[in-house]
Formats: sequence, C-alpha cells, structure tokens
Amino acid sequence: MELLVCIKRVPMVGGRIAVTADGLAVDTKMLGFTVSPHEECAVEEAIRVTERHGGSVTVLTLGPPEAAEQLRDALALGAHRAVLLETDGREWGPAATAAAIVAAIRDREATAGRFDLLLFGNEAADSADYQVGIRVARALGLPCVTAVKQLEADPAGGPEGAAGRLVARREHRGATEAFAVALPAVVTVKEGINLPRYPSLPGRMRARKAPLDTAAASFTPDPLERRKLRVPTSDRKGAEILGRGPDAVPALVDLLDEMGVLA
Amino acid sequence: MSDIPTRASVVVVGAGIVGNSVAFHLADLGWRDIVLVDKGPMPNPGGSTGHASNFIFPIEYSRMMMELTRDSTRQYAELGVLTTSGGIEVARTEARLQEFRRRAGAATAWGIPSEMLSPEEVAKLVPYLDPNVILGGLHFPTVGVVDSLRAGTIFRDRATGLGALRVVAGVEVEGIEVAPRGATGRGPGSRVTGVRTSAGLIETEHCVLCGGVWTPRLARMAGTHLPLTPIVHQMISVGPVPLFADTVGEIAYPIVRDVDTNMYERQHGGDMEVGSYAHRPILVEADDIPSNEEAALSPTEMPFTQEDFDPQLAEAVELMPGLLGDEAVGIRYAINGLISMTPDGHPLLGETPDVEGLWSAAASWIKEGPGIGRAVAEWMTAGRSEIDVHEADVARFYPVQQTRQHVRARARESFNKMYGIVHPAEQWESERGLRVAPMYARELELGAVCFQTAGWERPQWYASNERLLATYGDRVLPRSGEWESRWWSPIVNAEHLAMRDACGLVDLTAFAVFDVTGPGALDALQHLAVAQMDVPVGKVVYTPFLDDAGGFKADLTIMRLGPAQFRVVTGAAHGLADRKWIVDHLPDDGSAVLTDLTSAWTTIGLWGPRARTVLERVSDDDVSHAGFPFGTCRTIEVDGLAVLASRISYVGELGWELYCPMESGLRLFDTLFAAGQPHGLVPVGIGVYGTTGRIEKGYRAYGNELTPDYNPVEAGMARPSVKTADFVGKEAHLGHRSAPPAATLCTLTLTDPRVGGPEARYPLGGEPILTTTGERIEDELGRPSYVTSAGAGPSIGTHLLLAYLPPALAVEGTELRVEYLGERQAVRVAVAGSTPLFDPTNERVRS
Repeated sequence: MELLVCIKRVPMVGGRIAVTADGLAVDTKMLGFTVSPHEECAVEEAIRVTERHGGSVTVLTLGPPEAAEQLRDALALGAHRAVLLETDGREWGPAATAAAIVAAIRDREATAGRFDLLLFGNEAADSADYQVGIRVARALGLPCVTAVKQLEADPAGGPEGAAGRLVARREHRGATEAFAVALPAVVTVKEGINLPRYPSLPGRMRARKAPLDTAAASFTPDPLERRKLRVPTSDRKGAEILGRGPDAVPALVDLLDEMGVLA
Repeated sequence: MSDIPTRASVVVVGAGIVGNSVAFHLADLGWRDIVLVDKGPMPNPGGSTGHASNFIFPIEYSRMMMELTRDSTRQYAELGVLTTSGGIEVARTEARLQEFRRRAGAATAWGIPSEMLSPEEVAKLVPYLDPNVILGGLHFPTVGVVDSLRAGTIFRDRATGLGALRVVAGVEVEGIEVAPRGATGRGPGSRVTGVRTSAGLIETEHCVLCGGVWTPRLARMAGTHLPLTPIVHQMISVGPVPLFADTVGEIAYPIVRDVDTNMYERQHGGDMEVGSYAHRPILVEADDIPSNEEAALSPTEMPFTQEDFDPQLAEAVELMPGLLGDEAVGIRYAINGLISMTPDGHPLLGETPDVEGLWSAAASWIKEGPGIGRAVAEWMTAGRSEIDVHEADVARFYPVQQTRQHVRARARESFNKMYGIVHPAEQWESERGLRVAPMYARELELGAVCFQTAGWERPQWYASNERLLATYGDRVLPRSGEWESRWWSPIVNAEHLAMRDACGLVDLTAFAVFDVTGPGALDALQHLAVAQMDVPVGKVVYTPFLDDAGGFKADLTIMRLGPAQFRVVTGAAHGLADRKWIVDHLPDDGSAVLTDLTSAWTTIGLWGPRARTVLERVSDDDVSHAGFPFGTCRTIEVDGLAVLASRISYVGELGWELYCPMESGLRLFDTLFAAGQPHGLVPVGIGVYGTTGRIEKGYRAYGNELTPDYNPVEAGMARPSVKTADFVGKEAHLGHRSAPPAATLCTLTLTDPRVGGPEARYPLGGEPILTTTGERIEDELGRPSYVTSAGAGPSIGTHLLLAYLPPALAVEGTELRVEYLGERQAVRVAVAGSTPLFDPTNERVRS
C-alpha cells in the first residue's frame, strides 16, 4: 500500500505559553519544535500498515526550511520518502494549506501513482483548525473519516476497482463508531490510536542522509485570518505535599477516593 | 506566596547539589538561621543537577579538582547514594594511549587505583563494546554513579533536623541589596545587606550564590560580575536495551568514556545514556533560560537540536554496534542540557572581591558538588578550607577576563577539549593581546613567543636568540620527545646560559604592584608577613603570608619606600587573591590603604654577571656592591628616567628589578638593550625566569611548592628566628618549628633521561615519586610525594625536579623513581632543603 502522511512542525511548549508582542504567534525564542502529537501517531500507524502489508510511506509537510527536521524525524522512524513544501516562514491558513497539499498530491500521483491511504492528524497542536484533512478529502473527492482511534487496512478487500478496504473506528459519546470505506480514502487520527515508537540510532543515521523532495510553496492568503492570541489566566498550580512517610497515607487514600479510582 | 523569614544569618541561593551541600555544611559548622531559596520546586528545582548524568571519575588534571572529587565521593558514599560501577576510558589513537600512561601516572601520584587494559580486556568488562575499534583502555575501578537529587534532599533534611535551615521553594530572588562598605580604608566596594525575593525581603549579611547557570544574573543583582556562561551538553537516552533487562539496580556495567570522540556511554537502568562534548559549542545567555513554567521539560533541559548530535551517531554505533545499532532500541529522551563554563574551566569559589559577604559556589560538576559545598562552608566559617581551593578562587579574574566576550570565547574554545589531550603549557588561541607591556612591539620584533598569564602577553622565549643554539650545542639539553617539546624551545635553555655567561633582560610587566600607605601601613603588613617589616626605608623584604593554620597564603616581596609607604610586588597569577587578602586585613579605621599600581608601573629585570656593567653605562648613580647592596632598593636615574631599582633576583644572578612608569617602559627597555649589546645582553623569556633559572636556585613558586597544604618549615623557608610581632598564622608557625617536619622540599636530578627507549624523556611536573621498588610515597600526614616543578637545569647539565619527601627519604643521595609516561626513571635527591644546586653560596647574587 502507498500511504501519505501529512505532518506539521509545531512548537514544543511547556506549562506556560508565551505570545509574541504583536499577539499573533506563540513566542518560540526558547522553544524547540516537534510534530503534532496526533500526526506522530499517524506516522506510526502508516509505518505499521506497511510493515503488515508492504508498500511505502511518504511524509509531507508545508512549512519553513526548518521543517525538514520534522520530516527527518519521520524518516528516522521508518517513513520512506519525504516532501517539503517550503514556505517563507509565514503562517498559512487551513484552506490555503489544503489547496497546496492537494496540488502536491496531484503532481505526485501524476508520475508516481496513487496514494491508497492519506493520513492526517485530527487537528494541528498549535492552530487546531480541524480542517486540512477534510478539505483535502473533499478536493480529491475521497471518503474521509475523522477522529479515528483504531484502523484496519485490507488491501485485498473493498469493492471492484478499489485499492482495498479500511475499517476505521472512533469514539463518540461513549460508543464506538465503525466505518468501512473503500480505498483510497482520507483518515484523520487521534492520539491514542497507537504508541509511537522511538527512533533508533541507525534510523537517525539513515534519515540524516536521506534526500528530501523540496518544492517552493508561494504564500497564499487564507479567507480565515488570525486576529489575536491570548493566554488564558489560570491559577498557578504547584505540588501539594500530603505528608511524609506513613503519616501521608490517610490523606492519600482520601484523595484517591475523591478521584473515584478506589471503586 | 510563601511565608518567608525576614532575617537570616545567611541566604543560600539555589538548591542544586552545591547549594544543598553548602546549607548542610554551614549548619554542621554551627551556623543557624540559614535560608535556602530556589525559584523551582523541591526536590528538583530545574537546574543542571536535575539532568546530570551523575557519574564520577576520580581522576583530574588538577589536584584541587581531584581532591574535591575524592571528598565528594566520600560524602556521597556516606549519604548512601553512591553505586560503584567502574569506568573505562578507551583509546582510538596512539596519542591517546600515551595520554593514558600520563593519566595512570597521575592516578598513582594521587593514590587512585587504575589499570591499563588491552582491547580484549575492555571487551571482557563491557561485552557490547567492539574491541576492534579501540587500541586499549584505562580502567578506574572506583568510578561510580550517584543520586545527586537524593543527596540534596538528605543534606536539606539533616540541616533542617539540626534546626538550622529553612527551605523556601518556589520563590525567586529578584535583587541583592548592598550598601557601601563604609568609611573603612578598604577601598571601593559594597557589602550585602539583604536578599529581595518574590515573597519579600530577607535581611542578611551573607549570601552564597549557588545558582549554577543563573549565577551571572544573580551576581549582576549585586553589582558584580561572575565570569560564567551556560553552555549546552547534549545527551540522549536509548532503550530499552535487551541486555539490561535483567540487570539489578541502576548500573551493572562500567561507564565508558570514548574520549577520542568526546562522548560517553553510561547504563541508566534499562537505557544507555550517550553524552557528547563533540558537537559545536552552543552558548546560551543566563537571561535566555526559560522559566520553570515556560520550559517544556525543565529550564536547563533545553530543546534538543538533532542536527548537532547527528554527526556523532556513527562513532557511537561503531563502538557499540550490537547495542546502539539495534533497530529496536530507540532514542527515548534527548536534551540540550545546560552546564556552566568558566574561562579556565575551574569553579568560582569564595567571596567576591567587590561585594563583602557575597560568596560564590558556582560552576561545579556533580562530582565536586558536596566537596565544594564543604570547602566554601569551611572558608566562610574559618577563613580557610581543608582542601586547598585557591586555584578556584573567584578573585582570580582581572576585569579583562570577566567580560562577556572573553567568557564566551574561552568557553567556545575549551568546550571541545573536555576530553582532549591538553598539554600543561597549552596556550589559548582566543582573546590574546588583552594586556601588553609598553615594549611589546619591540619584543615582537625580537621574535617573542608569548604565553599568556592573567591576561598579560609575556615573552616565553625569543626566536631572535636561535643563533645561541650553535654557541651552546648540547648544553641546551635538546628534547626529542614530542610531548615535552610542545610549547617549549631549546632557545629557553640557550637564553639561560647566555644570561649566566653575560646578562639578560626580562620583561616583568605582568607583576601585580600595590602600594600600602598610611600611618597604619606598617602594622597592617607586619600583621600579615612572616618576615620583619619594621625595616629601614630602602630595604626589600621577601616574605610569605600564612593562613591561620600556618600554610602558605602568598609569597611576595615588599619594598619599604618610606616610613608609611610599602610597595608590594607579587606574581600576576595570584595578584588579585593577594590583593584581596591584604585588603581584607586592613584596619577598619582607614589608617592604611591599598592602591593598585599594576597598570601604572612596568618592571624590567636585568640580571647576569655583566648586569652592573650595563647599568653603569646608562646611570651615573652608584650601583657598586657597596653602594647598592643586595636586598635594597632606591630610585636611580637611568637615561633621564627616574627608575626604582630593587636589587634582588629570582634567577640567582647579580642584578636588579627596574621599575618605571608604564609610559617610559619602552624607553627604559631600549636604553638597556642598546647599552647591553657590547656586553652580550640578550632578551630572556619567562621560560628562564619562571622555570630554569628558578629551579637551579631551588626558588619556590606559589601554587607549585608553596600551597596552603605545606608550611615554611617544610619548604625550607623558616628564618633563624621568629619576630616578636604577632602575625596571621604565627601560633601555627611556632608549632611547625617546634617539631620535625613531616616532609622536606628537595631538589632531585634525573639520573638518566633515557629509559624504556633510545629517546631522552623529561617529566614536566605532577608525576608521582616512587621508591626504587615502585612503591608510592606518602608522608605521615597522608600527603603524596609528587613533582611540584620540573625543568631543565642547563648550568647543572641535567633535568631537575622539586618534590616534598618524608624525612627518611629527604636525604641527599637517596635513589628514587619518577613515573613518567608509564616508565620509571631513576632520580636522585641532590639537595634536601633550600640550598641551591647552582651557586650554593649565592656568590653571584651578592657579587
């Protein structure tokens, strides 16, 4: 199976988030960057599918030149190819992002064949627009299942002419919904679908040397515009010492009881 | 907000391993009302202690660091947080194997078990290491790992248990309140009056900065500078390692230091930690460290920059292919950990010179933390610490060495040398030319090869003297060994011989020069000096200063220029510490003041049998032996300049130290140089002044022979009688004189430099002295015998070593061994005591 996973470079934040002076972005001066957690799981899920059924995983990101770092992270885990749609560092809106991804997918499919499964994170960790996966599915005319927590791909299944069949499950109001879709399809996944692996040293060494397929993405304004970020005020949380040694036990039991974990 | 005390006897800032140790040891020494403040939560407030790899190798290049590590290890063991794992340094190059032989020698000198291993023997202890990658290993069986956070908690609990300590967590220090030192004669400066925190003001007279990477910011709050920069040390943790699944405890295999790649591998439970000092130096500003709340992990666990670490992966996998090359083993944790770097790699300990009551205990590793805490607490309590930490005295940096640019440049330069093969004389490449003599340009024309001391460029030898090599032939004791030929030239020995044959001109501009003046000046210096200071005007006094225990605190000369004016001259390296010692002991009533004239006066040494002839050509003053006796000083006129001449010598020759204002130094140099040409005068470098000329005369050097561990009786410097006036250390000194010394400083000669091969090899200092059967030598106080200074004695015709020996061995003619590069070379005690090997009756000096 041929899989595409779209990932986003996002700041790795601590307990308190700082916002830039103009109020339009997270202040990343002291922060590192990572892949959105949902997308880390998407990468892991894609690699597992290829481990089971063969094929290859392509990771794609739209971002600044530094986003190459996140692509290499995915390559280190076992992704096979990486595509960087390189921006000038400006933040793109979801509609423009989806359009650029769709164009890149069409380009790629014209020469290298179709993707059977396109995975996205349910929403980006920073902007949380919940849109890109759905917009891409719509533009490509593909079925889309969102917020998926479990996934079974069967390349041999599905109706005549399909690339296979997929069962995707998600949780909804205490129940589990299961969707069967014919491939190709778009799935947006949520953290918890799997426990992503860590990169091995040989994986990192391979990723370091792997070529990236880079193309420039010229900035397109989005109908959706960010006006202001505000950090909500919250009471400062601190650890509370319940007691020392055996003296702490009653207070601890009370607390566990309160939390309802003592059933 | 926490309810915090409004008054404390001392506020310790920072609850890392150092702050916790300082707090405990202060409590243990009787301090009460101690407050320990940290902005972070306990037990891991987020400093460098929290992410440390926590392993301890016992061996160091500096004896001080080794002793601090030894003491810390003992404390960790007593706290029950030490696990001994053993540790192996592995060599990938021949040069490293030679370095291991030097390190093994140092280990022997300090009584640390070590053993050279073949690659196969290494692989036996570390089964996942590929022996084909290495040439050998150096095994230290006593290497261990510690739980430094747990140690900190126990320290706090013990101090709290004594009723001595209040711990205030989650409270940030926002200011350090200071007031003028007052109307004392101690010069400018201020004193601590309080520590302002986010929870209110704590009044106190003592504040100890143990803030690690934040210390520079804290120091600025008090209006002073601490030369320290945070720098990144990258570390990854890889697991789960199948081999470690069944091991019990945190560590079951020896720690490996892959020193030629600047990396280490250390088991941590089911994981292997791989740390690196090989990546580019990544410097951070103290103000740019995120707060506890903003940090993704902790403030000092900065985001990992993968691209910096990636290039080193191949070498790690190459060394441990089966373990680190396992595709199923993943990088589970990776950080850019912040650690502290100083311009010379040593910690910053002691009271800051600018602010009374503001103490620093910064730039420590885990391996020294408890020992540093104890040393600083002792220093605060008794004025001295059991372990001599003068090398780490925070008062060692001149202003030019405290700038941000200097600190960053030196940190950048030294970072990748963390596991490097560093020669003891190795010079810095960055930040040169900070302080130069007025005749510097002339010296460069003469081909001066400069070494840097305390920021000063000092000619070590002059390339223009190369012609002398033909004159002296083999008398220059040529070297063929690569190691001892580094940072050395046979020209040094040629200059030495030319000085002894004719005369030499030595640039001594780097001397630290202070005037102590005022009606109380005599009493003030009398109170510090061992020698009698109530001497006639025009006398030059050479004297040590002692600490309360009678150990050496300083070694300097003092000229009495007037009834109430004394000029103190001391070495550049210890100038600031000596100045602080004097200022700290000046009377409160202002009757004596110290003025630092270091930047105002230049000094030129003129020595050799023809020194008088040369000086007579340019001065009409009477400089005859009768007219200008040894040990006197006065102002004479030299070619139109008023020059303070002092007839003393550190090289054992007739001659003078000639002092004149900086702006006239070039003229004085040119005048003397020209006048000396017909008489064979040559420019002579510090290689002669500091080593060859000195050692032939058995002259002691502060920091080498003269340290707080030894006393004047042992150093052979006790005078026939003790003055009646009281002085610091007198009581202890009288005690030392009343009993036979536990050790005596001796001069040894190298019997045969050719051992273990055709090449002559010359020890450089620091090597262990052994008996003829290879036994270590310790005196009854447990002090090992090692080479305190080593250098050529061209006029004697052999290589000379100085070393303290116990009485039974401190006998002329005793045969011993020195261990150098794994070989044992025969040495003989040539002199026990201070009689010079060259010109034993000092006729030349007094001619």
